[in-house]
Amino acid sequence: MIAFLALVRRDLQLALRQGSDAALVLIFYLLAVLLFPFGVGPEPNLLARISTGVLWVTALLAALLAIERLFVSEHEDGSLDQLALLPLPLPLVVLAKVLAHWLLTGLPLTLLAPFLAIALGMDQVGYPVLVLALALGTPTLSLIGALGAALTLGARRGGALLALLVLPLYIPALIFGVAAVDASLTGLASLPHLAILAALLLAAVPLCLWATAAALRQALE
Amino acid sequence: MTLFAGHGLACRRGERLVFTGLSFRVAAGEALLLRGPNGSGKSSLLRCMAGLLVPVAGAQTWDEQPVALDRDAHSARLRYLGHQDAVKPALTVLENLALWQQLHGVSDAAALRRALSALGLDPLAELPARLLSAGQRRRVALARLLAAPAPLWLLDEPTTALDDEGVGRFARMVGDHRGSGGLVVLSSHGDPGVAGEVLALADFTPAPGGES
Repeated sequence: MIAFLALVRRDLQLALRQGSDAALVLIFYLLAVLLFPFGVGPEPNLLARISTGVLWVTALLAALLAIERLFVSEHEDGSLDQLALLPLPLPLVVLAKVLAHWLLTGLPLTLLAPFLAIALGMDQVGYPVLVLALALGTPTLSLIGALGAALTLGARRGGALLALLVLPLYIPALIFGVAAVDASLTGLASLPHLAILAALLLAAVPLCLWATAAALRQALE
Repeated sequence: MTLFAGHGLACRRGERLVFTGLSFRVAAGEALLLRGPNGSGKSSLLRCMAGLLVPVAGAQTWDEQPVALDRDAHSARLRYLGHQDAVKPALTVLENLALWQQLHGVSDAAALRRALSALGLDPLAELPARLLSAGQRRRVALARLLAAPAPLWLLDEPTTALDDEGVGRFARMVGDHRGSGGLVVLSSHGDPGVAGEVLALADFTPAPGGES
């Protein structure tokens, strides 16, 4: 447990010291969302209608942008060998890294979303569910992304390959995330959709952690 | 008496069989020096010993117990130092070592100070590791061995980038470790300042063309 927390703290500390990708991800999210009013035109009804989808799809792309580097620097400086030899099972090492990564990217994305929703003219009835859905969905995105990052570790043009591998797997979270917000906007129950998002997260935790650990062992050989 | 041994080990990298039929034994207080030309499998053997690489044949034992049975126990009793130093450039020397201790569940400030002074790192303790030279970074990597002790040291060319004074400190460190019953396996091209049994890996390179 001490080792787990030390690892989370290490990643947060490293990210804050190095002025990490986390800030870039947030700026990307902000700019990408704000491009839509320019692209679609200043028609409030249309923007409000597509706002949920825009916020989710850009959040998904922002999450993808950040996850690529998750294991790269560990691999390059030899830390990955040392992490594999820690008295902590490798899936828990992965969990610690994903958790730190989510605290730096997923959580700020979630908290930023309602402010961007204002810019898109989304009805404020939807804000609580938007935040809740992102809070449940972005950890799943981070977990799936970690698996992709581990599989493409050491590959040339890993970034493009990662997107091809991971984007299809993001679709379920996207569908139910958008559906939850739309349901609350139209006055329907959003709980079933949120429950499915939570179920996706619960399934992703064991599956992605063990698969990521296995992929990292391959990368070590 | 602690004994780390391997029997009939073979290792494959891609399509190539790097070594085959390799056996070794290291007892408490002993050092094993791996020698051989580039590509003869010194690093691969060390990674096999560390459990990072799975040999295609053979078995390793620790006190007659197969290592493969309990990987976690094996990782807990070894420290591996590879080609790369695994030192985080954004953290200071002291933070790097303290973090290493936390990750291994050790909290021993005295060991931390001993590690710093054993490698002559005291004046650099508060410096971010990105400002260090290659030799200084290597010293930090070696200091980790002392900060969180373990009986088996697996060192891949540990004296690379070290100056003569650094090699002397390293030799003393290894001597102390062996004196207290530790085991050391190290690969080296030059003179690491450590005496011990030599394992020539060239003897286990399979004959070209003939693969059994």
